[in-house]
Amino acid sequence: MFDWYPLYNSIRIALFATVIVFFTGIFCACYVVRLPRWLKGLLDVVLTLPLVLPPTVVGYFLLLLLGNRRPLGLFLARCGVKFVMNWPGGVLAAAVVAFPLMYRTARGAFESFDETLAWSGRTLGLSDLYIFWRIQMPACRQGILAGTVLAFARALGEYGATSMLIGYTPGRTATISTTVYQLWRTNDEAGAFRWVLLNLLISAAVLTAVNLLERRERRGRA
Amino acid sequence: MSVQVELHNHFPNFSLDMDFTLERGVLGLLGPSGCGKSMTLRCISGVERPGMGKIILEGRVLLDTRKHICLPPQRRRVGHLFQSYALFPNMTVEQNLLCGIGRKHPQREQKLAALLDQFQLTPLRQLRPAQLSGGQQQRCALARCLGAEPELLLLDEPFSALDAHLRTLLQLQLQEHLTQFRRPSILVTHDRDEAYLLCDQIAVMDRGRVLLLGEKEEVFRHPGSPTAARLTGCKNVVPALSAGPHSVFVPGWGVTLTTAEPVPEGLSHIGVRAHDFLPVSAPGENCIPLSGGRVTEYPFEWNALLDTHGGALLHWKVSKTHLEGQTRPQVPAFLHISPEKLLLLTE
Repeated sequence: MFDWYPLYNSIRIALFATVIVFFTGIFCACYVVRLPRWLKGLLDVVLTLPLVLPPTVVGYFLLLLLGNRRPLGLFLARCGVKFVMNWPGGVLAAAVVAFPLMYRTARGAFESFDETLAWSGRTLGLSDLYIFWRIQMPACRQGILAGTVLAFARALGEYGATSMLIGYTPGRTATISTTVYQLWRTNDEAGAFRWVLLNLLISAAVLTAVNLLERRERRGRA
Repeated sequence: MSVQVELHNHFPNFSLDMDFTLERGVLGLLGPSGCGKSMTLRCISGVERPGMGKIILEGRVLLDTRKHICLPPQRRRVGHLFQSYALFPNMTVEQNLLCGIGRKHPQREQKLAALLDQFQLTPLRQLRPAQLSGGQQQRCALARCLGAEPELLLLDEPFSALDAHLRTLLQLQLQEHLTQFRRPSILVTHDRDEAYLLCDQIAVMDRGRVLLLGEKEEVFRHPGSPTAARLTGCKNVVPALSAGPHSVFVPGWGVTLTTAEPVPEGLSHIGVRAHDFLPVSAPGENCIPLSGGRVTEYPFEWNALLDTHGGALLHWKVSKTHLEGQTRPQVPAFLHISPEKLLLLTE
């Protein structure tokens, strides 16, 4: 019987991570765009860091923060939340690594948004909330969609930080990428190849879906 | 009905100091680009907040920095037609207009139908802004502004995004809409023809302040200062000295000219509009002797830069219809200027 657990776990982790990153990325992008220049530069460095750091380093920092003997880790354990060696830890690791992709693409989209549209909406009496959801978000839809897909793809393929934080336990924390490594390491080449093939299929499907969406969008506007 | 505006905004190399009151009709802010016209509008509609200022519309205080009052744009009831029209690209014409009317308006459907009809947008109601021509976009943006029933309408260079050949017709259409609006409007432009056509009063602006405000005919007839004269399109502005109660000496042209109006105290320049000269062959009163020059051809007029005895150039324009039969006007021996047409300017 083929063990499908890594596929289920990977998709579950990637979906949860994408949802988290979607809202936090948009929120941070919105917030940073309005800041004064120097603060913007500083925050930009901090928020983009996980993109350039080796994922194992990110994992190291997460362990440093949430480890079983750290104050925050102890506190969370007492509340019944366990990240280390547990699948929610994979969500956290994937979210941190994928966050900069969402944040940066969303910020680019917000920066190219024509502020005059927002101001004209205000002079017409529209509320700021309405302007954000009905005018700014649709205008930035392309960038936000692209950011979401990139973040999902990155979360799905996350290896380094995930393996540091949740390791590899078959049927508990195994994901596609950790399974590929584990099977290869134990000389199960055929098994590793099957997962590689599956991974390729998923990635191709995601990219095709994005292309189709973009084409429909273009036709709808013309 | 009235609008009272007082704004002060200081920057390292620019400062805005506006102070004017508008009772009714259309006020034109005329001035070169970068003189603070658009910033004035942005302060009035609440897009920008000036360092200091006070704006009162129909007795309502929109802004009073001394009392820390600054209404958000949503509560000002000031319509702002942006230079780019700022139509929402993801919405149809109809949805754009509904944003102006307001989603909670009790008679929104009737109002929408009336607006679509008034601005000839009914056949375009389902289109998006990108599918409209420049003129249609302008109509849509204006309809959207008026749908919000503003108490004051601000128009920022409404024709700058349009091709020249469309402007004349659209200017006449806008004139009609402004007349129907019956509430005060402020129009920003750098085009004096546009200002003259659409406005009742004109404020000539330069470097952040109003040089002159008055009825448009009066502003063009008596610009008062050399800068205002140039901004209203006067091509000849030359230094002059008082030479009697009705006489001025123009050293640059080497002549003494008689004026119809009494020469004001502190006269520094005179102005003559390029179209106001008449060519004559013999000397006489108010005739300026010429010693050659260059004539260039435009589609409908001749444009001449002529040398005078005083050394300063003189700019003369003559319509081709005035010179029928002549292929190219000769440089006349003299140009005559009637005393009524002389603009007397003080710095």
